[in-house]
Amino acid sequence: MKPSFLQKFNLLAVVQGLYITIVQFLANRFAGRVVTISYPEKKLKMKERFRGLHRLERYESGEHKGLEKCVGCALCASACPADVITVVAGENDPADPHSPGERYAVVYDMDILRCIFCGMCTEACPTQAIVMKHDYELADDERGGPQGGVNKFIYHKEDLLGREFYW
Amino acid sequence: MSVIEVVWMVAKILIVFAVLLLAMAYLTLVERRFVAWFQWRVGPNRVGPLGLIQPIADGVKLLFKQELIPAKADKFVYFLAPAITLIAAFAIISVIPITEHFYIADVNVAILLVLAISSLGTYGIILAGWSSGSKYPLVSGLRACAQMISYELALGFAVIGVVLMAGTFSLHEIVLGQERIWYFIPQILGFVVFLIAGVAETNRAPFDMPECENELVAGYHTEYSAMKFAMFYLGEYVAIINVGMLATVLFLGGWHGPAIFGAGLVGLANLFWFLLKTCAVIFFFIWLRATLPRFRYDQLMRFGWMVLLPLALLNIIITAGIKAFIQ
Repeated sequence: MKPSFLQKFNLLAVVQGLYITIVQFLANRFAGRVVTISYPEKKLKMKERFRGLHRLERYESGEHKGLEKCVGCALCASACPADVITVVAGENDPADPHSPGERYAVVYDMDILRCIFCGMCTEACPTQAIVMKHDYELADDERGGPQGGVNKFIYHKEDLLGREFYW
Repeated sequence: MSVIEVVWMVAKILIVFAVLLLAMAYLTLVERRFVAWFQWRVGPNRVGPLGLIQPIADGVKLLFKQELIPAKADKFVYFLAPAITLIAAFAIISVIPITEHFYIADVNVAILLVLAISSLGTYGIILAGWSSGSKYPLVSGLRACAQMISYELALGFAVIGVVLMAGTFSLHEIVLGQERIWYFIPQILGFVVFLIAGVAETNRAPFDMPECENELVAGYHTEYSAMKFAMFYLGEYVAIINVGMLATVLFLGGWHGPAIFGAGLVGLANLFWFLLKTCAVIFFFIWLRATLPRFRYDQLMRFGWMVLLPLALLNIIITAGIKAFIQ
């Protein structure tokens, strides 16, 4: 349709646009409509399936309560496309087992700098021992470590097991 | 002139200069906050309460930045351009009557002076574009040149309507003439043309062709860094304040308004009304920026020559006709 003479000036459109923006302005000022999340003070609630930092799980109930879910099979390590995970398995002491199976992970290291957070490890895990939680504040300004050592971004088994999570 | 008069004059200049410096620094913050609110964002609020120290932080940052001068730059002109922009922007305040008794100078050709100086300010942009020795600033300088020529005409013609009404070029007397009725009512056409041309004159959205980011990086100040960049930036904001004050003086009745602080403090009320009207115009500018997308270059030129200029001429003819045949 050919625009009419009046439409060519676009005056009505300009006034409509101005009206829309001032309504948004007033909504922001008086109804508190803000899309920004003031990050350090307020944090975004992650979706249930968000893939953040990993955690090694323990059995929370049942006959194996308190034991590690990980049986040291190293399927996660072989599934990992970025070669993040190192697993060294060892035999369980039957009197004081770490895990319900025969074996458990003696060493479970994750070089989190290499991780691409694809979630393959969690899919590969037969016992659902490794899961990805909602922790995403993984950056730091020095190589110090949650352990304080040189390899800050190498998470050992105890870091992954005993890690506190925000959500 | 007695000594006291000289001292008072110098003091007035210093006061106006300091206030304007402060105002332009904080206008950067105000604009960022307001545009953020228009877009449901928060805006800079981290540096100090409500982000009030942000302009100072920005200034300090810009002062300590490394100064880069392009190898192919024409040094003399390259250094001259930001100075021209800033000086021209600041010079306009000298003839603007802020209240009835507080102004730096009452020049009998004040409007011509304002138009002339604002045209000079354009030289800053054109020379910056030319002297940078780089392609984007050059294109930007060309655009600024064409845009200024087309929009300054409309601006000048819009002002002539007011001059016809008031019968004087002096801004002080123009404001005095608006005692009964503010000129934007009889001059509504001229007011609209003045506002649009004013936006174009200050290179602001939707007329910010000379610095249109997605085509020309940053336009004429692409090659400028540190304080020279800041001078362009601040010159632009002073220009916004200037257009706000001019619109107030020419169309919105200047200092006129109810004496809200009582009969004894008329001067204060006058100052209040002047500042309020200026802020309203500046808010309108920010509102426009938050609303309208940028014009295409050919649309911009066509709008200037085919719409604004005829409208301004029509306004002059109507005003002159009424003046000649009715009064």
